[in-house]
Amino acid sequence: MIATEAPPTTTMTHAGSVATRMAVVADEVAGPAAADVDARGRFPTETVEALRAEGLLAALVPTASGGGGATLAEVSEGLVALGKRCASSAMVVAMHHIQVACLVRHGSSPLLRDYLRELSEHQYLLASATTEVGTGGDVRSSICALDVADGRFRVEKQAPVISYADDADAVLVTARRTADSPESDQVIVLCRPPGLELEQVGEWNALGFRGTCSTGFVLRATGDADAVLSEPYSDISTRTMLPVAHLLWSSVWLGIATDAVELARRFVQAEARRKPGTMPAASVRLAQTAVVHQQFVDMVHSSLARFAEADADSDRLSSIGFGVGMNALKVSASTLVVDIVRECMLICGLASYRLDSPFSLGRHLRDGMGAALMVNNDRIMANNAQMLLVHRGE
Amino acid sequence: MTVDETIRQVLVEHGRLAVPVESLADDTDLFGAGMTSHASVNVMLALEDAFDLEFPEKMLKKSTFESIGAIRSAVTEMTDG
Ligand SMILES: Cc1cc2nc3c(=O)[nH]c(=O)nc-3n(C[C@H](O)[C@H](O)[C@H](O)COP(=O)(O)OP(=O)(O)OC[C@H]3O[C@@H](n4cnc5c(N)ncnc54)[C@H](O)[C@@H]3O)c2cc1C
Repeated sequence: MIATEAPPTTTMTHAGSVATRMAVVADEVAGPAAADVDARGRFPTETVEALRAEGLLAALVPTASGGGGATLAEVSEGLVALGKRCASSAMVVAMHHIQVACLVRHGSSPLLRDYLRELSEHQYLLASATTEVGTGGDVRSSICALDVADGRFRVEKQAPVISYADDADAVLVTARRTADSPESDQVIVLCRPPGLELEQVGEWNALGFRGTCSTGFVLRATGDADAVLSEPYSDISTRTMLPVAHLLWSSVWLGIATDAVELARRFVQAEARRKPGTMPAASVRLAQTAVVHQQFVDMVHSSLARFAEADADSDRLSSIGFGVGMNALKVSASTLVVDIVRECMLICGLASYRLDSPFSLGRHLRDGMGAALMVNNDRIMANNAQMLLVHRGE
Repeated sequence: MTVDETIRQVLVEHGRLAVPVESLADDTDLFGAGMTSHASVNVMLALEDAFDLEFPEKMLKKSTFESIGAIRSAVTEMTDG
């Protein structure tokens, strides 16, 4: 559903690793468009088109299904690079890969297997509708329900937020399994045109992540019942959607923080060049901020390793300790991004406060503030508090 | 109280089931009877208090608490062991 304009040209020719190629798109396409995407709150079409032209939207699909066969760590590295240049673009791409990971790991029906091949061939972009009017951020319960009859499903969902729905090729939607199921008995279903109808409700005029175009919709969909993932959503969420979302979101936020630290470093270095021999006033604060930034980098890397290890042992992936750890990652990363940007503002001073300076950190701060709210940290802490009541330690 | 009576008493107080506890058979699926995962945590905590035991990590899974029979097996395994 992307507008048919000539794909933006990059210096790439499908060579290099997934992370390197994502970094080239970040530098050559996403970066130059970032200010306009933010100012107009528009979808970063050129970035998604460039990734599509490079086959990078299927990076996580196994090569046997026509995809890039990349690891989560490679995509994470690419998202850090994108997050440095345009956090809205990076968040769109992260959300897409989270949905792809759910399909790759849990879409076992022949219909869903075929869909992955089609996704790789046409480089489809996937969106997600988990949040619902009435349940808010409590994505583990649904009000809407599937109506399945004669091998077809039908669903209608009041979705307060579906990022970039108008530019996506399909939406993964959570709903109760049947009209008689309790709120917690959810499934997830792939909804796509022509069986997908989106009626827009309201506008997305937000402080940050403006290019994600996270508008509300009434979603109505119908399709083959085999488009319903057979495993319960509770298992898909525990084993894939939650850990992968927290890993990839954290990668985007790390990108924002990394760019802020790079600007702060350049600011201090420029001061040092002006007066060689005297330590710039902000140099110690920069050193302190670099310590915190390294904690952030190492936390994302160790969390990727923790997921890869747990993935090899199915009991670990659904253990309380692993769940608590992946929630801790989200809370830490979303807090650190704002802490680091704020420190960098103290380092760069007014130059970072101005909107027209090369050291401006306004967008970093506005985007970073969304991190704690996209699934509210207090809600995540309440979940961890409950899990810790019965946790036995590692 | 017998072990079964204690388990049923805990379910009355903490299971938040959609049906009366007396109507449950030994193998009725408690989650199917409306016990949420939140309620199952409270059931577990109350069982630990009632039987003065601590379920080990390997027992902290849905299947341990899915029926009165399953709970009894877990409790007797721990009190006999
Ligand atoms: C940039 C962006 C993009 C997004 N894209 C999508 C998308 O594509 N698809 C999608 O489905 N969703 C999306 N979301 C929504 C997101 O996943 C969350 O569901 C949403 O941000 C939660 O919104 P909320 O604050 O209204 O709800 P809640 O989380 O319900 O928070 C509401 C209030 O409840 C309070 N609260 C805290 N803890 C608890 C608790 N334990 N129980 C009850 N209330 C509590 C909070 O303090 C808050 O004030 C997006 C959000 C953002 C910011």
